Amino acid sequence: MAHTPKIIVVGGGLAGLSAVIKIAEAGGNVDLFSIVPVKRSHSVCAQGGINSAKNLKGEGDSVEAHFDDTIYGGDFLANQTPVRNMCAMGPSIIDLLDRMGVPFNRTPEGLLDFRRFGGTLYHRTAFAGATTGQQLLYALDEQVRRFEAEHKVVKYEGWEFLSIVKDEAGVCRGICAMDLRTMELRTFPCDAVIICTGGNGAIFGKSTNSVVCTGSAQSALYQQGAFYANGEFIQVHPTAIPGEDKLRLMSESARGEGGRVWVPKDRNDKRPAKSIPEGDRWYFLEEWYPKYGNLVPRDVATRAIHKVVYEHGMGIDGQPMVYLDVSHIDRHTLERKIEGILEIYEKFVGDDPHEVPMKIFPGVHYTMGGLWVDANQMTNIPGVYAAGEADCSIHGANRLGANSLLSCIYGGFTAGPNALNYAKNVAAQKGDGGAAKELVRQMEYNNVLLHNQGTENPFKLWRELGETMTRHATIIRYNSGLREAEQKIIELQERYRNINLSDKSQWANTSFAFARQLYNMLHLARVIVKGAELRDESRGAHYKPDFPERNDEKFLKTTKAAFDEANQAPQITWEDVDIQWIPPRPRRYDIAS
Amino acid sequence: MAKGQTIKVEIKRQATPDAPSYTEKFEMPYRPGLNITSVLVEIAANPVNTEGKETSAITYDSNCLEEICGSCAMLINGKARMACSALVDRLLDETKSDTITLAPLSKFPVVRDLAVDRSVLFENLKKVQAWVPIDGTYDLGPGPKQAPQIQEERYPLSNCISCTICMEVCPQFNTQTNFVGAATIAQAKLFNMDPSGSVLKEERLRALSGDGGIQECGFAQNCVQACPKQLPLTEAISDMGRDVFIQKVKDFVSR
Ligand SMILES: Cc1cc2nc3c(=O)[nH]c(=O)nc-3n(C[C@H](O)[C@H](O)[C@H](O)COP(=O)(O)OP(=O)(O)OC[C@H]3O[C@@H](n4cnc5c(N)ncnc54)[C@H](O)[C@@H]3O)c2cc1C
Ligand code: SF4
Ligand code: FES
Repeated sequence: MAHTPKIIVVGGGLAGLSAVIKIAEAGGNVDLFSIVPVKRSHSVCAQGGINSAKNLKGEGDSVEAHFDDTIYGGDFLANQTPVRNMCAMGPSIIDLLDRMGVPFNRTPEGLLDFRRFGGTLYHRTAFAGATTGQQLLYALDEQVRRFEAEHKVVKYEGWEFLSIVKDEAGVCRGICAMDLRTMELRTFPCDAVIICTGGNGAIFGKSTNSVVCTGSAQSALYQQGAFYANGEFIQVHPTAIPGEDKLRLMSESARGEGGRVWVPKDRNDKRPAKSIPEGDRWYFLEEWYPKYGNLVPRDVATRAIHKVVYEHGMGIDGQPMVYLDVSHIDRHTLERKIEGILEIYEKFVGDDPHEVPMKIFPGVHYTMGGLWVDANQMTNIPGVYAAGEADCSIHGANRLGANSLLSCIYGGFTAGPNALNYAKNVAAQKGDGGAAKELVRQMEYNNVLLHNQGTENPFKLWRELGETMTRHATIIRYNSGLREAEQKIIELQERYRNINLSDKSQWANTSFAFARQLYNMLHLARVIVKGAELRDESRGAHYKPDFPERNDEKFLKTTKAAFDEANQAPQITWEDVDIQWIPPRPRRYDIAS
Repeated sequence: MAKGQTIKVEIKRQATPDAPSYTEKFEMPYRPGLNITSVLVEIAANPVNTEGKETSAITYDSNCLEEICGSCAMLINGKARMACSALVDRLLDETKSDTITLAPLSKFPVVRDLAVDRSVLFENLKKVQAWVPIDGTYDLGPGPKQAPQIQEERYPLSNCISCTICMEVCPQFNTQTNFVGAATIAQAKLFNMDPSGSVLKEERLRALSGDGGIQECGFAQNCVQACPKQLPLTEAISDMGRDVFIQKVKDFVSR
């Protein structure tokens, strides 16, 4: 074996950067691709914190308890072995981040401080103010910059991954990417690829996600033969600030630090929130879930808020909104621990949450589903790995707060070395490995798009997609609605063929790049609604009033979507879940378990 | 101003780095709660200018839409700020006019329209080695204990979102001085304060001495006023100025 293995990592959020660091450290060469400069990746938005059972609060927390909370919180849909490995790696990941200089909050003794988050009774969440994701991303970005300065990593920022290059045996031999300034298409050879392209919130129009979270890369891979798993499991976060352009998250840490959710007991109460006395407030989460209170898992809190608003008709002023109140907590604590998120509220809404309760409503937040991976983080395409929000592992039917940052780093740390190992042993490619063919395919696609003489505007099609998906495929799902959504997406796919780009230039053409992403979003949207339609049960974030119970006999299974080229539609199969460590039990947060 | 039915937006555009710039005007229905990034999306969905002519969508950078990724800095009504947190209602109140002007940052090469190339900041961060040189990512146990006071001093500095607004507004940040700018100096301080990061302290200080280094600062203090994340920039510059000076003396004596 003469050559130094070359790995391509796509995506520079926490998952991607974690993978890069492990590979560079082990002597591999890495090319890192990202649409945005990696320091501006979506991970920067994470606010609340990162879980690990460090047990520094004398509560008897343990890796086993973290493992159990994660599996139970995910309603037993996650394959258990990777979750167990992640929880075991948790404490050492926190130590490492601390050594990298992340400014984690401290106790008076100088130890790491931990806060509570949803779905657990332990203080298990390490945090850096209310900008934990930003601090973690920067720490990893700095380490990667160091490797870059040592020429072990080459960054391709402002390049968009379009597809992989596959040889005749179906083995991955490189990628095809587009320079978003010159619009140049190019193939890049490599021995293995790791896809760390994050979430897909944009499919729902408005969400808590960043603009580039379209799921486009995952969809492209699915269309190239990768399985997409558990796509129907979309987390709707209970507390977001409704907005014109996006739903800005109000982190669970607000409740972790003592924030309470309520509405006035009298729906006609017109008094300012602050002047409504305790006795006239309905703290419905605390009433319904006495043990976990405001810190029930997200799917549970989201459905409760939805119920209060739409079944009880108790939204504030008849609007779809409830109060999230931190105004009873002392100012100093708020400033030290959650200032970052309160600033967001103040900046975008104009009210001061130290003084008045915030008005919030659930918003699409996270995809538990993603590219199917095995316990080594490899997809079903040889040489293609995935990690982070883009993969389907760890979170099952519902993710616990502050488990994502951990799963991103765990996924990157696992995928990196495994990809390197694979790359060292893969047989040399024949010829160009299929590169020329893939380049031609992508060029032809670009030509069609640029020269189309239709009438449809891609941004308008996208808005329609978002409205349909939000209406039919979020908190409450009915089969009739899901079928309607499928028909609508098929209609949008038809209309897509009639697209017209306002901009046909070949320089920094953002509508062109967006139109390409939209194509992929439409395909992934079909995967989401198809999986949801076929899963006739309720589990975690997936809730059907017509099938309100979990049905382990039929649906304790991973949904696997494969792209059926002939019909341009998803084909669903089912796979057993690894439940070798914790036997499934009913998930009841309303009673002590 | 009474908020009218429509708002007018004048955008300085440029097709390529070498093309001449021009101004294009748009008008759109007023809605409460708009920010500048949603105005730009509105134009993308409806790319027609005031003259009724079809035009192209505006190129600009954005990602998080909540002022944390640092992408969307531009000149809004002549002032450098973040487009996602610039609320139309406030802008209209500020100027008492129904027109908003948008232009790219003026001190960075234009890529297209409102998008500029700010990679110089990332290069500067390499020069001052803004990282902690850890031994490796294997499990080495917990890091050193750290008093909460150190965290509380470091945290505000680590909030820098690399938006480059401090550089845009600095009179000294130009091609004559090659000044590194406030953000880089603040990051050098951040890593010098870290118990493990401080092993590179001397190298960072040397990187900040000499031409383009900290001595170029003219104390205009524009940076600290414009920084959207309220970094204590003037304090960082004066602390680092002192340390750079001490380092120079040391290096001179030990020569
Ligand atoms: C507002 C908010 C708050 C959150 N708070 C928390 C929290 O407190 N704790 C927690 O654990 N989790 C939290 N999460 C979830 C968590 O932030 C994300 O799940 C996580 O950051 C995803 O990281 P990632 O590395 O998978 O992807 P991302 O950080 O999304 O990065 C994706 C990368 O892929 C690149 N990319 C995408 N497509 C392409 C393409 N086609 N070609 C090239 N590059 C591409 C992007 O440029 C980017 O670099 C929060 C999420 C949100 C929205
Ligand atoms: S110091 Fe402030 S103004 Fe300068 S880049 Fe950082 S956040 Fe922006
Ligand atoms: S879009 Fe991220 S700072 Fe404005």
